[in-house]
Amino acid sequence: MTRAPVLTRDGSWTGDWPLVRDPAFVVNENEAVLLPLALYLTQSPSATHGVWLSPTDDPAALVPHLDALPLIAIDFPVFNDGRGYSTAAVLRSRYRYRGDLRAIGDVLIDQLFFLRRVGFTSFLLRADQDHLKAVAKLRTFSDAYQGAADDPLPAFRRHARPNARELAEQDE
Amino acid sequence: MYRYDEVDRTLVAERVAEYRDQTARFLSGQLSEDEFKPLRLRNGLYVQRHAPMLRIAIPYGVLSAKQLRTLAHIARRYDRGYGHFTTRQNIQFNWIRLEDSPDILEELIAVEMHAIQTSGNVVRNITSDEFAGVAADELIDPRAFCEILRQWSSFHPEFTWLPRKFKIAINGAREDRAAVAFHDIGLHLMRAPNGALGFRVLVGGGMGRTPIIGAVIREFLPWRQYLTYIESILRVYNRHGRRDNLNKARIKILVRSLGIEEFARQVEEDFAPLADGPSTVTSAELHRVASYFAPPPYKKLDEHALDISDRAFARWVERSVKPHRVCGYRSVVLSLKPTGIAPGDATAEQMDLVADWAERYGFGEIRVSHEQNLILPDVRLDHLRTLWQEAKTAGLATPNVGLLTDIIACPGGDFCSLANAKSIPIAESIQRRFDDLDYLHDLGEININISGCMNSCGHHHVGHIGILGVDKDGDEWYQVSLGGADGSSAGTGRVAIGRIIGPSFKAEQMPDVIERLIDTFVSLREDGERFVDTVARVGPTPFKERVYREGSHAHERLEQAVA
Repeated sequence: MTRAPVLTRDGSWTGDWPLVRDPAFVVNENEAVLLPLALYLTQSPSATHGVWLSPTDDPAALVPHLDALPLIAIDFPVFNDGRGYSTAAVLRSRYRYRGDLRAIGDVLIDQLFFLRRVGFTSFLLRADQDHLKAVAKLRTFSDAYQGAADDPLPAFRRHARPNARELAEQDE
Repeated sequence: MYRYDEVDRTLVAERVAEYRDQTARFLSGQLSEDEFKPLRLRNGLYVQRHAPMLRIAIPYGVLSAKQLRTLAHIARRYDRGYGHFTTRQNIQFNWIRLEDSPDILEELIAVEMHAIQTSGNVVRNITSDEFAGVAADELIDPRAFCEILRQWSSFHPEFTWLPRKFKIAINGAREDRAAVAFHDIGLHLMRAPNGALGFRVLVGGGMGRTPIIGAVIREFLPWRQYLTYIESILRVYNRHGRRDNLNKARIKILVRSLGIEEFARQVEEDFAPLADGPSTVTSAELHRVASYFAPPPYKKLDEHALDISDRAFARWVERSVKPHRVCGYRSVVLSLKPTGIAPGDATAEQMDLVADWAERYGFGEIRVSHEQNLILPDVRLDHLRTLWQEAKTAGLATPNVGLLTDIIACPGGDFCSLANAKSIPIAESIQRRFDDLDYLHDLGEININISGCMNSCGHHHVGHIGILGVDKDGDEWYQVSLGGADGSSAGTGRVAIGRIIGPSFKAEQMPDVIERLIDTFVSLREDGERFVDTVARVGPTPFKERVYREGSHAHERLEQAVA
């Protein structure tokens, strides 16, 4: 299997993990692959394997294994299916998953900033995406109004924002 | 009103840069039509029948004179000299070139405006009471809560690909002028018996194909927790809302299929561990944002009786002049509904004039109502007459606010590519039929709302008389409903979805249909009651009988001609 380049949240590149879609796949204990949730739960739970979630998979099933998991991937079958964003947010914020969280599937460069904010740490882009542009797209915005997994503090807790009088004084 | 600081300016500018890059990639073929579409929509750009349309947000309906002049400038420079104010406190320009759209957004930055999330499957413009801060019946000013929510929802990373669009409205007055019950989330500001400030939260209301009145999910939500609670509602919706069928993807369908109790349970389960998390709004933040909505420097004025010996002036005062919380001041509604003009349309010249009046007779502020009219919120009593004369000259003093001819209508089949039928000519034909001002005033408040398709941008479900354009074998027909009410005092606070009276009509029958409905009302009306009250009291039957008895032959002939 070829290893496509995976973008990381800090803009570097790494290799991907082979993805298993076949539910009848025979798990080899020493082979690092990404398993579908059902297969992972029944056959694996070991630190060698990662797991990938479909939009309908409930991340709650992974709670007992989160400390051991080196990689969780979330699949975007189509780019405009936003469920994976909430799956990521729940894994990070509610279940405190700290390992690598990867977006796979129909992952487009215009989504990188938002994926990064909800807690994804690596991105397997769709094959036709512009790698040069991708790195810059991680930083489309230099600030944010609301808290998210990357920084739970909203702007009003991070900045000393002016009130009406202070702003008027700044303008003068 | 709210002013941008460094954070706002940076984010809005970076958004325009992002959109400019996306547009350039689309025009050079690097981005496909399908992939560009949702990106342009979330920046307000639709592709319509004749040309792209740009929808610009007027957050919770508040505009400055400077902003309105910029809209006039955009109308002149990039459009055909006019704009269309919508039912969700936005403005649309119908003749935009896609190539120009990034430049228009760039021009908006200078006056602290944007088109962010005015379309697409995201949280849309937060709407509110057009009289916020000045209404005599206001309990709590909603504007700071609207602004905090506007910021929170802008580019929220988790909710940029929702199953469908998401609309939130906030009301802080006794009268609900924001149609809160018809929003995905509706918030009523309130005080608990112990004086604590918070919200009564409704969820799953909406119009569209399946009109539903929002259900109460929380009787009382402390204000500090509202961002977190809304986040939990959106998360449950984002994870579990239907994505297989566009027509069943709104949150109301999820709430209805789960039932409000189960939906609420899932929201509370998500919310409980986050309740006091970092999204909790601080007092400092509320005060900071509220400082931008501090009352302007009102003069100490006395109330005095207006000289209304001039009948035309008296009529205008009766319809257009609204009570104000400050002595000696009034709010003035400028009607964008003269006969022959598409409801909600204003020319660049009119926008400039309204901006001038806002500065001359007020504190430089204008409001936009969901009835598609403009409002000057702080006019002194002794300026009313001069303002009236100037507004009359400008075609902005039609004394029909709240009356039958103050019709709400979407752009319809003349512009919109989603429409099944035209709306604007129907509005005009009704306005022409009811051209006797005395009669209109005698009839009292009647809301006629017209939508060109099921998406209900013209809010037909809550019209006292609702008109919906439908397509039958390629022909335009109109379905009529009765007894809708949006929660405002025009319907005496009632919230109701109109009921369809029967088979639909051809465009040319519509003035007759409305006339028969009105004749029925006049014959059954008791003690000067309102149209909706008569409908509620006697039921739809006498109206139906009158419309279909008299119209039956013509109706059948038309049905046969089509069949």
